Amino acid sequence: MDLGPHLLLALLEGTVAAFVLAVTALGLSLVFGVMRIVNVAHGEFFMLGAVLAWFLTSLLPEMPFWGFMLAIVGAPLVVGMIAVMADALVLRRLNYEPEATIVATIGLLYILQQAVLTIYGPDARPVVAPISFRVQFPWFGYSGYKFIAIGAAALLLLAAWYGVTRTKFGLIMRATQFDRETAQAFGVPVKLVYAAVFALGAMLAALAGVLIVPLQQAHYLMGLDPLLLSFIVVIIGGLDSLKGTILAAFIIGISDGIISVFFSPTLAKIIATLAVALVLVFRPNGLFGGRSR
Amino acid sequence: MNPKTPTIGGKKNLITRRSAIKKMGAAAGAASALTLAPGFVRYVQAQSSAPIKLGFQVHSTGIGAAYGRWYDRTTQAAVKLINEQGGISGRPIELVSEDDGTDPKRGAEVVEKFASQHQVDLVFGTLFSHVVIGAAPRAGELKMPYFVVSEGYHVASGSLNRYVFQPGITDVRSQVSSMAPWIAGNLGKKVTMIFPDYAFGHDHRDYFSAAIAAQGGSIAALLPIPPTESSYTKYFPQIPSDTEVIYHVMVGPGVLTFVKEMGEHYGSNRPQIFGFVDSLEAVDLASPGLEFLEGTYFWEANPRYAGPNQTAFDKFYREKVGVDANGASVSDPKDISTYSHMFGCWETLYVIKQAIEASGYQGPADKARLIEATEAMTGFSASNEHPQGDKLFDGKRHQCYGHQFISKVEGQKLSVVHQTSIEDGQYENDTDYTKQSL
Repeated sequence: MDLGPHLLLALLEGTVAAFVLAVTALGLSLVFGVMRIVNVAHGEFFMLGAVLAWFLTSLLPEMPFWGFMLAIVGAPLVVGMIAVMADALVLRRLNYEPEATIVATIGLLYILQQAVLTIYGPDARPVVAPISFRVQFPWFGYSGYKFIAIGAAALLLLAAWYGVTRTKFGLIMRATQFDRETAQAFGVPVKLVYAAVFALGAMLAALAGVLIVPLQQAHYLMGLDPLLLSFIVVIIGGLDSLKGTILAAFIIGISDGIISVFFSPTLAKIIATLAVALVLVFRPNGLFGGRSR
Repeated sequence: MNPKTPTIGGKKNLITRRSAIKKMGAAAGAASALTLAPGFVRYVQAQSSAPIKLGFQVHSTGIGAAYGRWYDRTTQAAVKLINEQGGISGRPIELVSEDDGTDPKRGAEVVEKFASQHQVDLVFGTLFSHVVIGAAPRAGELKMPYFVVSEGYHVASGSLNRYVFQPGITDVRSQVSSMAPWIAGNLGKKVTMIFPDYAFGHDHRDYFSAAIAAQGGSIAALLPIPPTESSYTKYFPQIPSDTEVIYHVMVGPGVLTFVKEMGEHYGSNRPQIFGFVDSLEAVDLASPGLEFLEGTYFWEANPRYAGPNQTAFDKFYREKVGVDANGASVSDPKDISTYSHMFGCWETLYVIKQAIEASGYQGPADKARLIEATEAMTGFSASNEHPQGDKLFDGKRHQCYGHQFISKVEGQKLSVVHQTSIEDGQYENDTDYTKQSL
């Protein structure tokens, strides 16, 4: 293949990866920014989204489009409820201690993963795309659903940006993030905000899982990769900067696409991990992170 | 994350005490069996009528789970049948299954557990090559006969040890050697290979490259794929445009995605495609996105769809395992079997039976005789015990060799277009496990 089409394919692959990654990492970044919790179970919420999408679409086997619509609404809701339960049963009881919650979310990771293994089984199961068509470029063909996934992820990112910067809930959230005690003194129900933010973070991961599942297949171990990439993105972008997270998702996603198409996917992972190390050494707060207060 | 037991002063004592308790428990158990189970006369009278304990190392979870499920069903069916027909040397088989998570480290631990905790007579059933390579050395150290059903060339290559056998399924080197003449003669000579980047894929890479070169063909490109990959589109640009044949062999949860993305990439304007059915084991050929495979070719070890040439033996085996004429479970037509691999469990169990009976094996003290009796075998003929067909067995290499099939996708089914002879898959090497000490 010539350089032009080769690059086009690399950019397309990178863009899909970047958008889905941005949605996933945004959830992780929100939870860390507001609650100061490093949620190691974040990838499992992604996996739960995909597995629930399989379950919900299989309820309407004759109507893949409506089945998928059901999944895109239903899966995040269920995952959100699981997250609220995890918050009430585990995180709140640990008083949101940063160290304790890391260990607790590692436990949560295994509980969710093994529960899915027990109930859903070890198989990888396909989910039919809501709209499937093939875009034929002069040099190669490309999955039409990938463009839909890009569009849906872009809408989600816009909605998240609007929610955080333009709504009252966003204001309360930012106030809690800025100074928890002062916010509480001003009557912000911090506990409620924490539960909502944890659920929101999980729902974003679940939505990313629903969007990706027609491209991959629902499998109980599929949460590990997005977890690793989300951490890379959040560290590079700056742990409490939403703008940084999204920019870093694009840097990592697109460079991953280009490096894996032109060289090898393993090299792409090596470079991303190296970038994390360099950022940690030279800009410990991330490229866009503010100074720690 | 298995914390190593710290070696502390009291450890030796502790183990002695534990094993002492275990022995006391065993004695108590034996005593209660004597007094409380008068019906079990044969068990009490002759030690040799106690069950033969077979350790079944199975990939119930992890990337090999689909194979594991069917290896389990096939094994259960064979064990049931053997027990109904009087067991092995008149002793019933007691199957002890352990999941290894398709993980080499856990594989070695499972072998260890079989030896020390379950105290089985032998272990069998391991499939994925990285697990076999991880676990086989431990089996050798423990002097535990280890019958794998893996396809990998690692047994015949001589890289394992005298306790490891593969008598139920032909190895990859032989399989690919027998495919090359047909591919070069019917599809094309410039081949791009897509294969998993670990031992099993490397066997394909090394021996198919050599075999196609021997036919006057050449390799246009080699595309190794990391085993945990979930998206494949990015690899396809590396396929050179003058490729005549794409040769693919993929395993694990991403196989359906792989084939779908290849279809999206090429559409109808594709080179010839030849795959190992591993890329679609446990996957329904009628899945959406697989239409583009129409007219492509697959290697099969055992034809998934019962065609016009189905043998009476295959019919018998299919019925006993519970597989319909389309290669799916009789209870769920969407549950597709791993038909080209799982017969290996069935056949291996009958080889084990034959070896135990020929050696007069009574218990673990006779393991050396069991190994030598297996090495003395020369082949198996097509029968209900060996439904895949005739096989030669090479006692020096611990490996069997059988017929292979090439099938074409027609109407979303596979139909056999060619059957190789056993000679097509022969190769030279100087492996001789019989020279190793027991």
